[in-house]
Amino acid sequence: MATYILKRLFLMIPIFLGITVISFAVLHLAPGAPTEMQTMMQPKVSLEARARLNAIYGLDKPLHIQYFDWLKRLVRFDFGRSFSSDNRPVQEKIMERLPITLFVNILSLVLILVVAIPIGVLSAVHRYSLFDKATTLFVFVGFATPTFWLALLLMLVFGVYLDWLPISGLKSLNYEYLGLWGKVVDLGKHLILPVLLSAFGGLAGLSRYMRSNMLEVIRQDYILTARAKGLAERVVIYKHALRNALLPVVTVLGLSIPGLIGGSVIFESIFAIPGMGQLFYGAVMARDYPVVMGELVIGAVLTLIGNLVADISYALVDPRIRVR
Amino acid sequence: MPYNTPLDMKVLARIWEISGRMLLVWGVLALISCPACSRPEDSSKPPERPAESGPPCYGDTLITGSIGEPSNLIPILASDSPSHEVAGLIYNGLVKYDKDLKLVGDLAESFEVSKSGLVITFHLRKNVTWHDGQPFTAADVLFTYKTMVDPHTPTAYAEDFLQVERAEATDPYTFRVTYKKPFAPALASWGISILPRHLLEGRDIMKSPLARHPVGTGPFIFKEWKAGEKVVLTYNPDYFEGRPYIDRYIYRIIPDSATMFMELKAGGIDNMGLTPLQYARQTEYRKFKENFNKYRYPAFAYTYLGFNLEDERFKDRRVRQAVSYAIDRGEIIEGVLLGLGQEATGPYKPGTWAYNPNVKQYPYDPVKARKILQEVGWRDADGDGILDKDGIPFRFTIITNQGNDIRARTAEIIQRRLKEVGIEVKIRIIEWAAFIKEFIEKKTFEATILGWTITQDPDIYDVWHSSKTKPGELNFVSYRNTEVDALLEKGRRTFNQEERRKTYWRIQEILAEEVPYVFLYVPDALPVVQARFKGIEPAAAGITYNLIKWYVPKAEQRHNKLKADS
Repeated sequence: MATYILKRLFLMIPIFLGITVISFAVLHLAPGAPTEMQTMMQPKVSLEARARLNAIYGLDKPLHIQYFDWLKRLVRFDFGRSFSSDNRPVQEKIMERLPITLFVNILSLVLILVVAIPIGVLSAVHRYSLFDKATTLFVFVGFATPTFWLALLLMLVFGVYLDWLPISGLKSLNYEYLGLWGKVVDLGKHLILPVLLSAFGGLAGLSRYMRSNMLEVIRQDYILTARAKGLAERVVIYKHALRNALLPVVTVLGLSIPGLIGGSVIFESIFAIPGMGQLFYGAVMARDYPVVMGELVIGAVLTLIGNLVADISYALVDPRIRVR
Repeated sequence: MPYNTPLDMKVLARIWEISGRMLLVWGVLALISCPACSRPEDSSKPPERPAESGPPCYGDTLITGSIGEPSNLIPILASDSPSHEVAGLIYNGLVKYDKDLKLVGDLAESFEVSKSGLVITFHLRKNVTWHDGQPFTAADVLFTYKTMVDPHTPTAYAEDFLQVERAEATDPYTFRVTYKKPFAPALASWGISILPRHLLEGRDIMKSPLARHPVGTGPFIFKEWKAGEKVVLTYNPDYFEGRPYIDRYIYRIIPDSATMFMELKAGGIDNMGLTPLQYARQTEYRKFKENFNKYRYPAFAYTYLGFNLEDERFKDRRVRQAVSYAIDRGEIIEGVLLGLGQEATGPYKPGTWAYNPNVKQYPYDPVKARKILQEVGWRDADGDGILDKDGIPFRFTIITNQGNDIRARTAEIIQRRLKEVGIEVKIRIIEWAAFIKEFIEKKTFEATILGWTITQDPDIYDVWHSSKTKPGELNFVSYRNTEVDALLEKGRRTFNQEERRKTYWRIQEILAEEVPYVFLYVPDALPVVQARFKGIEPAAAGITYNLIKWYVPKAEQRHNKLKADS
């Protein structure tokens, strides 16, 4: 087992380097450098001023040198300074936002699990029933509905017409003046819509996956055996079948990290949530290379860790994976 | 030069630009006009706290919504409009534009320009203090100048200050600059925010904490900045023009414009800029009108159709004139702006002193357009409805940037009208960076729809002078006219406004005759402010020039419980 983990860890290094090379190249291939985004189409900005800014940011060096400079800093866990005019360290910019994004994503992941797994199990057990058809319809509507459109609709209903929920942001203006309980309630109210929405779109994948796994397992001989033993249907389904059907879900969770980070870009912009997604969008638009690379590295590391954890836990529960 | 961007320009920027990147373009082109300053002659302290009944009175919070977040509150380092907007309330320049767009003193009590136009002397206000209590003196001004011209300062706006031959602080309250040659935009360039020497000298400005925690001389004091969320300012009790009536100013960052509109309706923000659609169709009900005041005045911007003058077909002035006749500007304004704009005839805002109302006009006349094209040799020889010359049909592509529906729809209307005179137009909409880098800078476009902000100073050298046609410079249509070149140079050297007017009026005549651009429209700025705010007086400069005079009557104040520890 230890060798397996070690092997996986070593394999991650070339994968990680490959990710950074490709990200770096694609980012620099996109038209527009950060200095150009700041200066183009502006009178009073001479070409000399632009060249000067390029030199200050080191953008006049050849691309491979820029990459190795970046990599050298990364090894020392230095992501560099942002090219936007605030010039702050990238770590600082990301770290003040990362907890918010993780928090919202974990909440919505929990919500997805809590809703999707029962839906999947029940629709498998009662295959082709009315419940199966209705939930199938429901999750696919969720999957197909454009997030931004539904978000606006919900804001209009709950924020403007009914005035039950705040529209955007995470905290009210008077947040600092509230007591602990007031703060929790305030935060909770702000989180309802974003978490509901990001979960709504993610229900389909997991619930369908759960359903097909469950159907697969129910057909197995050991389920037949369990039934033949005369076990109660409840025990057969929830003890013997469900446990086995849950296994592959672990893997799916590991793989869903990039999707969640990608989704953050959209709902954080709509709901004005000061998280990583919002930062990422702005950085891409301004071609703020160090910030974009920093976020991609963090995304890549999270994904790799997610995969690793999924594989290890899979190996732990299923000995067949360990041996080649 | 970092022109401070008043609220209403930003508001306009929001209307036209969906994403933050375009704000950059508008922001810096925008005018100087410290949004927070009232008339300078009115420097008397505001009345002592007035009786409880009578307005105006102190208190409450103004919450403004913004799509973009400031990047750096040392304004000379920032090129985005949110930074300049917020910094404009914290810092002052030596001069500013007043509500009638006249240059007046700000930190300078008065100023003189020598007869030769080479020397400008500023007499500074005494008893002005920085927000940390230190006195403001000419040494701060000199330091700001030195920072601007220091090659290690990453500012995009050094150009105007590199024209200075000598700058000196002759005494603590007198600052004198000498120019190499007369430079009319010089005076306005001193509208840049003056920085505190005592906090910056001898330190790396790129790593200064002032970027996140600015200290200025302006009407509002920086309080806090929550990344991605809001910037909070509180009133400056010692402001030299009197303290603002409003206690707090909160700049809320809401990246999505539809969300922002809902926050407005739900009371989460007090002011924003409306789109023409929101102004005309979505705010015309009673409840909205009771709760908000909408304002409308021409924006400092125009939209145009620019030809690539290196394209053989567009080298001929008559072809450009024909296209101009074939376009119905009124229809574009009705259809795209819902009537909230006016026709543009040149690069200036109607009603300002530089604007020449008597230039050649091109009323919609397809018959005349067709006739001119025929004279030049464009005929429909093969009868397919498209004009051709030497067997080549008249087809061209209009490009514009993505994320701007108004421009895209303008292109569609032009496409249809040109089809009627026998010109086939294709439209391509391209992501902003690629649009500029691959098409505009490389001059591989045929025609483009774009907009410029109109600056207060009429100097338009960067856009029209023939020396500014290199890749990356702004005369990307490659307009070359020796008379215009000479006039642009003269305009920069002339200080007398009457003389300058003649120069720029002549330039407008030539541009109208030659049609390097088809000037399309000047849109309206459409700001909206919550109705409890009183004291707003729309003027040529917009509405925010007198922000410190805005107030909320006691009974209507909303956010006073926030004030407690501010």
